Amino acid sequence: MTPSDSHSTPDIHIYETLELVARDLYIKALQEIPPDVRAGLSHGLETEKCDGNQTAGRILLVILDNIRVADEQKTLVCQDTGLPIFKVLVGERLNIDIARLKESLRRGCVRATAERPLRSNTVHPLTRKHTGTNTGHGIPVIKLDVVPDSDLIEIQMAPKGSGSENMSFLKMLNPSEGVKGIKKFVLQCIFESGARPCPPMIVGIGLGGTSDVAMSLAKEASTFRHIGSRSSDPDVAKLEEELLGKINETGIGPQGLGGTTTAMAVNIEWAHTHISQNPVAVNIQCWRGERAEVVLDGNGKATWK
Amino acid sequence: MAEHTLAPPLSEVDVRKLTLEDSVLINGTVFGIRDATQIRIFDEGIQPPVDLSGSVCLHTAPGVRKLPNGKYEKLSVGTTTSTRMDRFVPGLLERYRVRALVGKGGLSQTSVDAMQKFGGVYLAIVGGAAALETMQIEEIEDVWWEDLMPECLWKFRVKNFGPLVVAIDSLGHSLYRNVQELAAERIRQFGFG
Ligand code: SF4
Repeated sequence: MTPSDSHSTPDIHIYETLELVARDLYIKALQEIPPDVRAGLSHGLETEKCDGNQTAGRILLVILDNIRVADEQKTLVCQDTGLPIFKVLVGERLNIDIARLKESLRRGCVRATAERPLRSNTVHPLTRKHTGTNTGHGIPVIKLDVVPDSDLIEIQMAPKGSGSENMSFLKMLNPSEGVKGIKKFVLQCIFESGARPCPPMIVGIGLGGTSDVAMSLAKEASTFRHIGSRSSDPDVAKLEEELLGKINETGIGPQGLGGTTTAMAVNIEWAHTHISQNPVAVNIQCWRGERAEVVLDGNGKATWK
Repeated sequence: MAEHTLAPPLSEVDVRKLTLEDSVLINGTVFGIRDATQIRIFDEGIQPPVDLSGSVCLHTAPGVRKLPNGKYEKLSVGTTTSTRMDRFVPGLLERYRVRALVGKGGLSQTSVDAMQKFGGVYLAIVGGAAALETMQIEEIEDVWWEDLMPECLWKFRVKNFGPLVVAIDSLGHSLYRNVQELAAERIRQFGFG
Protein backbone atom coordinates (compact mmCIF):
# COMPACT_ATOMS: atom_id res chain seq x y z
CA MET A 1 0.00 0.00 0.00
CA THR A 2 1.16 3.52 -0.72
CA PRO A 3 0.80 6.09 2.05
CA SER A 4 -2.09 7.75 0.21
CA ASP A 5 -4.09 4.52 0.46
CA SER A 6 -3.61 4.06 4.16
CA HIS A 7 -3.93 7.71 5.25
CA SER A 8 -6.93 9.94 4.89
CA THR A 9 -6.78 13.69 4.57
CA PRO A 10 -9.33 15.45 6.74
CA ASP A 11 -11.84 18.01 5.57
CA ILE A 12 -10.28 21.46 5.08
CA HIS A 13 -12.56 22.93 7.73
CA ILE A 14 -11.60 20.36 10.38
CA TYR A 15 -9.71 22.91 12.50
CA GLU A 16 -12.66 25.30 12.65
CA THR A 17 -14.88 22.36 13.51
CA LEU A 18 -12.48 21.35 16.29
CA GLU A 19 -12.64 24.86 17.71
CA LEU A 20 -16.45 24.80 17.85
CA VAL A 21 -16.46 21.30 19.27
CA ALA A 22 -13.97 22.30 21.99
CA ARG A 23 -16.16 25.27 22.93
CA ASP A 24 -19.27 23.11 23.09
CA LEU A 25 -17.49 20.36 25.06
CA TYR A 26 -16.44 22.89 27.72
CA ILE A 27 -19.96 24.24 28.13
CA LYS A 28 -21.63 20.82 28.00
CA ALA A 29 -19.29 19.42 30.66
CA LEU A 30 -20.29 22.26 33.01
CA GLN A 31 -24.03 21.89 32.39
CA GLU A 32 -24.73 18.20 31.91
CA ILE A 33 -23.57 15.55 34.33
CA PRO A 34 -22.53 12.31 32.57
CA PRO A 35 -24.95 9.33 32.81
CA ASP A 36 -22.54 7.13 34.79
CA VAL A 37 -22.14 9.83 37.44
CA ARG A 38 -25.91 10.29 37.72
CA ALA A 39 -26.27 6.54 38.16
CA GLY A 40 -23.55 6.58 40.84
CA LEU A 41 -25.32 9.33 42.76
CA SER A 42 -28.72 7.61 42.54
CA HIS A 43 -27.15 4.39 43.72
CA GLY A 44 -25.63 6.32 46.65
CA LEU A 45 -29.05 7.69 47.55
CA GLU A 46 -30.54 4.18 47.64
CA THR A 47 -27.70 2.95 49.83
CA GLU A 48 -28.07 5.80 52.31
CA LYS A 49 -31.84 5.23 52.48
CA CYS A 50 -31.30 1.54 53.21
CA ASP A 51 -28.76 2.39 55.90
CA GLY A 52 -31.12 4.97 57.45
CA ASN A 53 -28.65 7.87 57.09
CA GLN A 54 -31.06 10.79 56.89
CA THR A 55 -28.54 13.60 56.54
CA ALA A 56 -26.61 11.76 53.82
CA GLY A 57 -29.86 10.98 52.02
CA ARG A 58 -30.94 14.64 52.16
CA ILE A 59 -27.60 15.77 50.71
CA LEU A 60 -27.79 13.33 47.81
CA LEU A 61 -31.35 14.47 47.09
CA VAL A 62 -30.15 18.08 46.93
CA ILE A 63 -27.35 17.06 44.55
CA LEU A 64 -29.77 15.22 42.25
CA ASP A 65 -32.20 18.13 42.43
CA ASN A 66 -29.38 20.50 41.52
CA ILE A 67 -28.54 18.39 38.45
CA ARG A 68 -32.19 18.50 37.40
CA VAL A 69 -32.35 22.29 37.76
CA ALA A 70 -29.19 22.66 35.66
CA ASP A 71 -30.73 20.39 32.97
CA GLU A 72 -33.98 22.31 32.90
CA GLN A 73 -32.60 25.82 33.04
CA LYS A 74 -29.38 25.14 31.11
CA THR A 75 -27.35 26.65 33.93
CA LEU A 76 -23.98 25.60 35.31
CA VAL A 77 -24.15 22.70 37.74
CA CYS A 78 -21.43 24.20 39.96
CA GLN A 79 -19.88 27.68 39.97
CA ASP A 80 -16.31 26.40 39.48
CA THR A 81 -15.60 26.48 35.75
CA GLY A 82 -12.33 24.67 36.43
CA LEU A 83 -9.15 24.33 34.42
CA PRO A 84 -9.80 22.82 30.98
CA ILE A 85 -8.27 19.39 30.34
CA PHE A 86 -8.54 17.52 27.05
CA LYS A 87 -7.76 13.91 26.36
CA VAL A 88 -7.42 13.40 22.63
CA LEU A 89 -7.02 10.11 20.80
CA VAL A 90 -6.07 10.65 17.16
CA GLY A 91 -6.45 7.82 14.65
CA GLU A 92 -3.12 7.01 13.03
CA ARG A 93 -4.63 6.98 9.55
CA LEU A 94 -5.74 10.61 9.76
CA ASN A 95 -3.29 13.20 8.44
CA ILE A 96 -3.88 15.82 11.07
CA ASP A 97 -1.63 18.71 12.02
CA ILE A 98 -1.19 18.31 15.77
CA ALA A 99 -0.06 21.88 16.38
CA ARG A 100 -3.19 23.22 14.66
CA LEU A 101 -5.38 20.74 16.53
CA LYS A 102 -4.01 21.99 19.85
CA GLU A 103 -4.51 25.60 18.81
CA SER A 104 -8.14 24.83 17.91
CA LEU A 105 -8.77 23.35 21.35
CA ARG A 106 -7.25 26.43 23.01
CA ARG A 107 -9.38 28.78 20.93
CA GLY A 108 -12.47 26.76 21.78
CA CYS A 109 -11.84 27.43 25.47
CA VAL A 110 -11.38 31.15 24.84
CA ARG A 111 -14.65 31.22 22.92
CA ALA A 112 -16.59 29.27 25.56
CA THR A 113 -15.36 31.73 28.19
CA ALA A 114 -16.31 34.81 26.16
CA GLU A 115 -19.52 33.58 24.57
CA ARG A 116 -21.26 31.65 27.37
CA PRO A 117 -19.82 33.67 29.38
CA LEU A 118 -17.83 31.64 31.91
CA ARG A 119 -15.88 32.77 34.95
CA SER A 120 -12.16 32.59 34.14
CA ASN A 121 -9.93 30.93 36.71
CA THR A 122 -6.47 30.95 35.11
CA VAL A 123 -3.81 32.99 36.91
CA HIS A 124 -0.01 33.21 36.81
CA PRO A 125 1.33 31.00 39.65
CA LEU A 126 3.52 33.79 41.10
CA THR A 127 1.89 37.11 40.26
CA ARG A 128 -1.63 35.57 40.48
CA LYS A 129 -2.54 37.81 37.53
CA HIS A 130 -5.64 36.66 35.64
CA THR A 131 -5.55 35.83 31.93
CA GLY A 132 -9.33 36.18 31.73
CA THR A 133 -9.72 33.46 29.08
CA ASN A 134 -9.47 30.15 30.98
CA THR A 135 -6.34 29.55 28.88
CA GLY A 136 -2.71 30.49 29.33
CA HIS A 137 0.80 29.09 29.40
CA GLY A 138 0.31 25.30 29.40
CA ILE A 139 -3.47 25.63 29.70
CA PRO A 140 -5.62 23.96 28.43
CA VAL A 141 -3.93 20.75 29.48
CA ILE A 142 -3.91 18.48 26.42
CA LYS A 143 -3.11 14.79 26.71
CA LEU A 144 -2.65 13.34 23.27
CA ASP A 145 -2.20 9.81 22.03
CA VAL A 146 -2.35 7.99 18.72
CA VAL A 147 -4.67 5.04 18.11
CA PRO A 148 -3.79 2.36 15.53
CA ASP A 149 -6.19 1.39 12.72
CA SER A 150 -8.41 4.43 13.12
CA ASP A 151 -9.23 7.59 11.21
CA LEU A 152 -11.27 9.17 13.98
CA ILE A 153 -10.56 11.83 16.61
CA GLU A 154 -11.93 10.97 20.06
CA ILE A 155 -12.01 13.85 22.53
CA GLN A 156 -12.85 13.84 26.22
CA MET A 157 -12.97 17.17 28.03
CA ALA A 158 -13.04 17.90 31.76
CA PRO A 159 -13.12 21.35 33.40
CA LYS A 160 -11.44 20.18 36.61
CA GLY A 161 -12.59 22.07 39.70
CA SER A 162 -10.10 23.24 42.31
CA GLY A 163 -11.82 21.80 45.40
CA SER A 164 -11.13 18.26 44.29
CA GLU A 165 -7.91 18.95 42.35
CA ASN A 166 -6.32 20.43 45.49
CA MET A 167 -6.74 16.95 46.97
CA SER A 168 -3.82 15.47 45.00
CA PHE A 169 -1.13 13.35 46.61
CA LEU A 170 2.03 11.54 45.57
CA LYS A 171 4.25 9.27 47.56
CA MET A 172 7.28 7.28 46.48
CA LEU A 173 6.78 4.35 48.84
CA ASN A 174 9.42 1.74 49.55
CA PRO A 175 8.87 -1.47 47.60
CA SER A 176 9.08 -3.28 50.96
CA GLU A 177 5.93 -1.44 52.09
CA GLY A 178 4.13 -3.41 49.39
CA VAL A 179 0.38 -3.44 48.81
CA LYS A 180 -0.33 -2.70 52.46
CA GLY A 181 1.65 0.53 52.16
CA ILE A 182 -0.40 1.48 49.10
CA LYS A 183 -3.71 0.87 50.90
CA LYS A 184 -2.59 2.76 53.97
CA PHE A 185 -1.47 5.78 51.96
CA VAL A 186 -4.75 5.92 50.01
CA LEU A 187 -6.82 5.75 53.21
CA GLN A 188 -4.72 8.54 54.75
CA CYS A 189 -5.30 10.72 51.68
CA ILE A 190 -9.06 10.18 51.91
CA PHE A 191 -9.03 11.01 55.61
CA GLU A 192 -7.05 14.18 55.02
CA SER A 193 -9.37 15.25 52.19
CA GLY A 194 -12.47 14.82 54.35
CA ALA A 195 -15.27 17.17 53.34
CA ARG A 196 -13.15 19.40 51.10
CA PRO A 197 -13.39 17.68 47.69
CA CYS A 198 -17.22 17.65 47.82
CA PRO A 199 -17.82 13.93 48.40
CA PRO A 200 -19.24 11.56 47.24
CA MET A 201 -16.08 11.47 45.19
CA ILE A 202 -14.41 9.45 42.50
CA VAL A 203 -11.00 8.32 43.73
CA GLY A 204 -8.32 8.06 41.05
CA ILE A 205 -5.17 6.13 41.85
CA GLY A 206 -2.02 5.88 39.75
CA LEU A 207 0.32 3.01 40.51
CA GLY A 208 3.84 2.53 39.21
CA GLY A 209 5.73 4.33 36.46
CA THR A 210 7.82 7.38 37.36
CA SER A 211 6.50 10.10 39.68
CA ASP A 212 4.95 12.17 36.86
CA VAL A 213 3.45 9.09 35.22
CA ALA A 214 1.85 7.99 38.50
CA MET A 215 0.21 11.43 38.90
CA SER A 216 -0.99 11.44 35.33
CA LEU A 217 -2.46 7.94 35.69
CA ALA A 218 -4.30 9.06 38.82
CA LYS A 219 -5.88 11.91 36.84
CA GLU A 220 -6.84 9.54 34.06
CA ALA A 221 -8.44 7.26 36.66
CA SER A 222 -10.37 9.99 38.52
CA THR A 223 -11.48 12.08 35.59
CA PHE A 224 -11.69 10.07 32.37
CA ARG A 225 -12.58 6.55 33.51
CA HIS A 226 -16.28 5.84 33.82
CA ILE A 227 -17.94 4.84 37.07
CA GLY A 228 -18.66 1.12 37.02
CA SER A 229 -15.67 0.25 34.83
CA ARG A 230 -13.11 -2.19 36.24
CA SER A 231 -9.42 -2.56 35.51
CA SER A 232 -8.65 -5.35 33.03
CA ASP A 233 -5.89 -6.58 35.34
CA PRO A 234 -7.55 -8.93 37.87
CA ASP A 235 -5.21 -8.00 40.75
CA VAL A 236 -5.76 -4.30 40.15
CA ALA A 237 -9.53 -4.82 39.83
CA LYS A 238 -9.53 -6.64 43.17
CA LEU A 239 -7.70 -3.74 44.81
CA GLU A 240 -10.18 -1.26 43.33
CA GLU A 241 -13.05 -3.14 44.94
CA GLU A 242 -11.34 -3.60 48.27
CA LEU A 243 -10.41 0.08 48.52
CA LEU A 244 -13.91 1.22 47.55
CA GLY A 245 -15.30 -0.90 50.37
CA LYS A 246 -12.82 0.43 52.91
CA ILE A 247 -13.18 4.08 51.87
CA ASN A 248 -16.93 3.83 52.28
CA GLU A 249 -16.53 2.12 55.64
CA THR A 250 -14.72 5.22 56.97
CA GLY A 251 -18.17 6.80 57.26
CA ILE A 252 -17.04 10.21 55.92
CA GLY A 253 -20.09 10.24 53.65
CA PRO A 254 -21.59 12.89 51.36
CA GLN A 255 -20.09 16.33 52.06
CA GLY A 256 -18.09 14.82 54.91
CA LEU A 257 -21.17 14.89 57.15
CA GLY A 258 -21.39 11.14 57.66
CA GLY A 259 -22.77 8.21 55.68
CA THR A 260 -21.78 5.24 53.58
CA THR A 261 -21.30 6.98 50.24
CA THR A 262 -17.87 8.57 50.60
CA ALA A 263 -16.81 7.43 47.13
CA MET A 264 -18.84 6.36 44.11
CA ALA A 265 -15.83 4.66 42.55
CA VAL A 266 -12.18 3.82 43.03
CA ASN A 267 -10.37 3.59 39.69
CA ILE A 268 -6.77 2.48 39.39
CA GLU A 269 -4.55 2.96 36.35
CA TRP A 270 -1.07 1.48 36.41
CA ALA A 271 2.27 1.20 34.67
CA HIS A 272 5.26 -1.02 35.29
CA THR A 273 7.85 0.56 37.52
CA HIS A 274 11.44 0.27 38.70
CA ILE A 275 12.44 -2.61 40.97
CA SER A 276 13.39 -0.09 43.69
CA GLN A 277 10.33 2.14 43.30
CA ASN A 278 6.72 1.93 44.49
CA PRO A 279 5.02 5.17 43.42
CA VAL A 280 1.41 5.84 44.43
CA ALA A 281 -0.54 8.88 43.33
CA VAL A 282 -4.06 9.91 44.34
CA ASN A 283 -6.26 12.43 42.54
CA ILE A 284 -9.84 13.12 43.55
CA GLN A 285 -12.81 14.02 41.40
CA CYS A 286 -15.85 15.54 43.12
CA TRP A 287 -19.50 14.46 42.87
CA ARG A 288 -20.12 16.47 39.75
CA GLY A 289 -17.70 14.19 37.81
CA GLU A 290 -17.66 16.74 35.01
CA ARG A 291 -16.79 15.27 31.61
CA ALA A 292 -18.02 15.56 28.01
CA GLU A 293 -17.11 13.34 25.10
CA VAL A 294 -17.27 13.47 21.33
CA VAL A 295 -15.98 11.48 18.35
CA LEU A 296 -15.14 13.26 15.07
CA ASP A 297 -14.53 11.66 11.73
CA GLY A 298 -12.23 13.10 9.08
CA ASN A 299 -15.14 15.05 7.53
CA GLY A 300 -15.74 16.80 10.79
CA LYS A 301 -18.93 14.90 11.55
CA ALA A 302 -19.36 14.88 15.32
CA THR A 303 -20.97 12.10 17.32
CA TRP A 304 -21.73 13.30 20.85
CA LYS A 305 -21.79 10.72 23.56
CA MET B 1 -33.50 15.92 63.81
CA ALA B 2 -35.91 18.82 63.40
CA GLU B 3 -36.73 21.07 60.46
CA HIS B 4 -36.66 24.85 60.84
CA THR B 5 -37.51 27.80 58.64
CA LEU B 6 -35.69 30.92 59.78
CA ALA B 7 -35.97 34.58 58.84
CA PRO B 8 -33.02 36.76 59.91
CA PRO B 9 -32.21 38.78 61.96
CA LEU B 10 -31.80 35.86 64.36
CA SER B 11 -31.60 36.14 68.12
CA GLU B 12 -29.29 34.14 70.35
CA VAL B 13 -32.34 32.15 71.48
CA ASP B 14 -33.18 31.28 67.86
CA VAL B 15 -29.79 29.72 67.19
CA ARG B 16 -29.41 28.04 70.58
CA LYS B 17 -32.48 25.93 69.66
CA LEU B 18 -30.68 24.34 66.72
CA THR B 19 -28.96 21.00 67.20
CA LEU B 20 -26.69 18.87 65.02
CA GLU B 21 -28.20 17.50 61.82
CA ASP B 22 -31.28 19.72 62.03
CA SER B 23 -32.42 20.90 58.62
CA VAL B 24 -32.76 24.66 58.03
CA LEU B 25 -34.36 26.80 55.32
CA ILE B 26 -33.76 30.56 55.25
CA ASN B 27 -36.03 33.31 53.99
CA GLY B 28 -35.09 36.96 53.70
CA THR B 29 -31.61 38.44 53.93
CA VAL B 30 -28.32 36.59 53.60
CA PHE B 31 -25.01 38.48 53.36
CA GLY B 32 -22.20 37.24 51.11
CA ILE B 33 -18.62 37.48 52.40
CA ARG B 34 -15.29 36.01 51.35
CA ASP B 35 -11.56 36.26 52.12
CA ALA B 36 -11.04 39.83 50.89
CA THR B 37 -14.18 41.14 52.61
CA GLN B 38 -12.99 39.86 55.97
CA ILE B 39 -9.39 40.95 55.46
CA ARG B 40 -10.80 44.47 55.07
CA ILE B 41 -12.90 44.19 58.23
CA PHE B 42 -10.38 42.52 60.50
CA ASP B 43 -6.86 43.04 59.13
CA GLU B 44 -7.47 46.58 57.87
CA GLY B 45 -9.84 47.38 60.73
CA ILE B 46 -12.57 48.92 58.61
CA GLN B 47 -16.11 48.78 60.02
CA PRO B 48 -18.63 47.02 57.75
CA PRO B 49 -20.93 49.66 56.22
CA VAL B 50 -24.04 47.69 57.23
CA ASP B 51 -25.27 46.25 60.52
CA LEU B 52 -24.50 42.52 60.60
CA SER B 53 -26.03 41.74 63.99
CA GLY B 54 -28.33 38.72 63.89
CA SER B 55 -27.31 38.05 60.32
CA VAL B 56 -26.65 34.92 58.29
CA CYS B 57 -23.42 35.17 56.26
CA LEU B 58 -22.61 32.98 53.27
CA HIS B 59 -19.05 32.18 52.19
CA THR B 60 -19.22 33.12 48.53
CA ALA B 61 -17.89 35.22 45.68
CA PRO B 62 -20.81 35.19 43.24
CA GLY B 63 -20.63 35.26 39.46
CA VAL B 64 -22.62 38.38 38.50
CA ARG B 65 -23.28 40.78 35.65
CA LYS B 66 -23.65 44.55 36.15
CA LEU B 67 -26.78 46.01 34.62
CA PRO B 68 -27.04 49.53 33.11
CA ASN B 69 -29.02 50.71 36.18
CA GLY B 70 -26.06 49.84 38.43
CA LYS B 71 -27.69 46.77 39.97
CA TYR B 72 -26.18 43.32 39.73
CA GLU B 73 -27.77 40.32 38.11
CA LYS B 74 -26.87 36.86 39.41
CA LEU B 75 -25.16 34.46 36.98
CA SER B 76 -23.90 31.60 39.15
CA VAL B 77 -23.76 31.76 42.91
CA GLY B 78 -21.97 28.95 44.70
CA THR B 79 -20.29 28.42 48.04
CA THR B 80 -16.59 28.31 48.77
CA THR B 81 -14.62 26.32 51.35
CA SER B 82 -14.97 27.89 54.79
CA THR B 83 -11.77 26.49 56.25
CA ARG B 84 -9.72 29.29 54.68
CA MET B 85 -11.74 31.94 56.53
CA ASP B 86 -11.74 30.17 59.85
CA ARG B 87 -9.67 32.82 61.67
CA PHE B 88 -12.35 35.48 61.18
CA VAL B 89 -15.15 33.48 62.80
CA PRO B 90 -14.65 34.50 66.46
CA GLY B 91 -14.52 38.19 65.46
CA LEU B 92 -17.67 37.97 63.35
CA LEU B 93 -19.54 36.42 66.25
CA GLU B 94 -18.19 38.50 69.12
CA ARG B 95 -17.81 41.95 67.55
CA TYR B 96 -20.51 41.95 64.87
CA ARG B 97 -23.01 39.49 66.43
CA VAL B 98 -23.32 37.37 63.29
CA ARG B 99 -25.50 34.40 64.25
CA ALA B 100 -25.02 31.89 61.44
CA LEU B 101 -22.37 31.13 58.85
CA VAL B 102 -23.22 29.14 55.75
CA GLY B 103 -20.41 27.33 53.98
CA LYS B 104 -18.86 24.05 52.95
CA GLY B 105 -16.00 22.03 54.39
CA GLY B 106 -16.44 22.96 58.06
CA LEU B 107 -14.52 25.01 60.65
CA SER B 108 -11.87 24.37 63.31
CA GLN B 109 -12.26 23.72 67.02
CA THR B 110 -11.53 27.42 67.73
CA SER B 111 -14.63 28.32 65.75
CA VAL B 112 -16.66 25.57 67.43
CA ASP B 113 -15.70 27.12 70.79
CA ALA B 114 -16.63 30.61 69.58
CA MET B 115 -20.03 29.34 68.40
CA GLN B 116 -20.63 27.92 71.85
CA LYS B 117 -19.48 31.04 73.69
CA PHE B 118 -21.23 33.72 71.65
CA GLY B 119 -24.24 31.75 70.36
CA GLY B 120 -23.71 30.91 66.71
CA VAL B 121 -24.15 28.04 64.29
CA TYR B 122 -22.48 26.77 61.15
CA LEU B 123 -24.88 25.60 58.47
CA ALA B 124 -23.47 23.29 55.81
CA ILE B 125 -24.68 23.86 52.30
CA VAL B 126 -24.15 21.23 49.60
CA GLY B 127 -20.89 22.27 47.96
CA GLY B 128 -21.10 22.51 44.19
CA ALA B 129 -24.90 22.77 44.08
CA ALA B 130 -24.77 26.20 42.48
CA ALA B 131 -27.66 25.71 40.06
CA LEU B 132 -30.05 25.33 42.98
CA GLU B 133 -28.40 28.01 45.10
CA THR B 134 -28.58 30.53 42.27
CA MET B 135 -32.27 29.80 41.81
CA GLN B 136 -32.96 30.28 45.53
CA ILE B 137 -31.40 33.74 45.49
CA GLU B 138 -34.22 35.99 44.41
CA GLU B 139 -32.29 39.21 44.08
CA ILE B 140 -29.01 40.92 44.78
CA GLU B 141 -30.36 43.79 46.85
CA ASP B 142 -27.17 45.66 47.64
CA VAL B 143 -23.41 45.58 47.40
CA TRP B 144 -20.63 47.39 49.28
CA TRP B 145 -16.88 47.53 48.60
CA GLU B 146 -17.18 46.96 44.85
CA ASP B 147 -13.41 47.46 44.55
CA LEU B 148 -13.06 43.95 46.00
CA MET B 149 -15.13 42.41 43.16
CA PRO B 150 -16.21 39.64 43.33
CA GLU B 151 -15.30 39.42 47.04
CA CYS B 152 -17.47 42.41 47.97
CA LEU B 153 -19.97 42.52 50.80
CA TRP B 154 -23.20 41.33 49.18
CA LYS B 155 -26.80 41.51 50.34
CA PHE B 156 -28.99 38.79 48.86
CA ARG B 157 -32.71 38.22 49.25
CA VAL B 158 -33.34 34.48 49.40
CA LYS B 159 -36.36 32.23 49.33
CA ASN B 160 -36.36 28.74 50.87
CA PHE B 161 -32.57 28.84 50.82
CA GLY B 162 -31.34 25.34 51.59
CA PRO B 163 -31.90 22.79 52.93
CA LEU B 164 -28.86 23.50 55.11
CA VAL B 165 -27.56 21.06 57.70
CA VAL B 166 -26.65 22.25 61.20
CA ALA B 167 -23.05 20.97 61.20
CA ILE B 168 -21.76 22.98 64.18
CA ASP B 169 -24.24 23.98 66.87
CA SER B 170 -23.94 26.45 69.76
CA LEU B 171 -23.46 23.68 72.33
CA GLY B 172 -19.91 22.76 71.34
CA HIS B 173 -20.83 19.97 68.94
CA SER B 174 -19.39 19.54 65.49
CA LEU B 175 -20.64 16.98 63.01
CA TYR B 176 -17.30 17.23 61.15
CA ARG B 177 -15.40 16.36 64.31
CA ASN B 178 -17.71 13.42 65.04
CA VAL B 179 -17.28 12.09 61.52
CA GLN B 180 -13.50 12.55 61.61
CA GLU B 181 -13.18 10.73 64.93
CA LEU B 182 -15.21 7.84 63.61
CA ALA B 183 -13.19 7.70 60.37
CA ALA B 184 -9.89 7.74 62.27
CA GLU B 185 -11.12 4.89 64.44
CA ARG B 186 -12.21 2.80 61.43
CA ILE B 187 -8.88 3.35 59.69
CA ARG B 188 -7.10 2.21 62.86
CA GLN B 189 -9.28 -0.90 62.85
CA PHE B 190 -8.14 -1.69 59.28
CA GLY B 191 -4.63 -1.76 60.71
CA PHE B 192 -3.61 1.42 58.87
CA GLY B 193 -3.62 3.78 61.83
S1 SF4 C 1 -15.16 20.38 44.48
FE1 SF4 C 1 -16.34 20.04 42.60
S2 SF4 C 1 -18.51 20.21 43.18
FE2 SF4 C 1 -17.26 21.05 44.86
S3 SF4 C 1 -17.21 23.26 44.41
FE3 SF4 C 1 -15.37 22.36 43.50
S4 SF4 C 1 -15.93 21.84 41.37
FE4 SF4 C 1 -17.83 22.22 42.51
